[in-house]
Amino acid sequence: MTQSAESWDEGTPKRLYVITGGRQPPEQAAIDLVTLIVARTPPQPGMKREHAAILTMCHYPLSVAEISAYLGLPFSVVTVLLADLLQATHIEARDPVPAAALPDITLLEEVIRGLHKL
Amino acid sequence: MGSTNSDALTGPRTEHVLPSSAATAVKVVIVGGFGVGKTTMVGSVSEIPPLSTEETMTQASAGIDDNAGVEGKTSTTVAMDFGRISLNEQLVLYLFGTPGQERFWFLWNGLFEGALGSVVLVDTRRLDTCFDVITRLEDRRVPFIVALNSFPDSPKHEIADVRRALDLPDSVPLVECDARLRESSRDVLLTLMHYLRTLTAAQETL
Repeated sequence: MTQSAESWDEGTPKRLYVITGGRQPPEQAAIDLVTLIVARTPPQPGMKREHAAILTMCHYPLSVAEISAYLGLPFSVVTVLLADLLQATHIEARDPVPAAALPDITLLEEVIRGLHKL
Repeated sequence: MGSTNSDALTGPRTEHVLPSSAATAVKVVIVGGFGVGKTTMVGSVSEIPPLSTEETMTQASAGIDDNAGVEGKTSTTVAMDFGRISLNEQLVLYLFGTPGQERFWFLWNGLFEGALGSVVLVDTRRLDTCFDVITRLEDRRVPFIVALNSFPDSPKHEIADVRRALDLPDSVPLVECDARLRESSRDVLLTLMHYLRTLTAAQETL
């Protein structure tokens, strides 16, 4: 089900090292599995292949988890790529509801109404 | 466009894109042992075919100027299936199915932080496997409910017996479900949401 590039040895540390340039995910950056990413610019010539792919697939909002799935890359690698794009303001990140001890009632009722429509 | 030269790195199919207005996502984590039906449950309510995000477990020393060493290193890939429900034009719910072993939870930074809550999916043929899960969620103060997935050959348990066996407080909802059925899985999620609403309301009146 996972789609990934055939031409690489997938998932090997070496390949992932090349993609991230050996960088670690930004320390506790505000990138969550369900942060929604939206492209602000189209892919540009000379861009890293993965950066361009992210911009293409995020024409409409897409969660980081989905980006990871479609790229066939680990979540941690995707967060590094997204941090690059965020810094260059090529993408916009729509943060999830801030973590709280308990979600608020208005939000829960919105979820309940949505589920009832299923 | 055009800078990607293959279909390997394409995104969602047209019918699986979110509306531009999608502004906020929330998540629920479905926890359970191997083969308990997490992916089945995700798939039965998801509007997209379940996807999989992966993470690699490697030693932290990867990539210290020694390519040969890196190449020879063994890395384990752990996958986590997830699905999606658009609740309205702005709000999206993601469902993640994760194994019960706590060591996997750390692979996806913040999997539980910011989650609305959790569903512990239980196979009554293997009740003992979820004791640890329940303890860990309690320790992390993640609100959860327990759902018993019915398998054709499941022994018939009285709910009260299961509750006792799991040492589950009366306040925590315990429901039966058939993870293959959309309505049944939806009702499990609704049970969780109603429970969360009760918890929140109780806190607000303090």
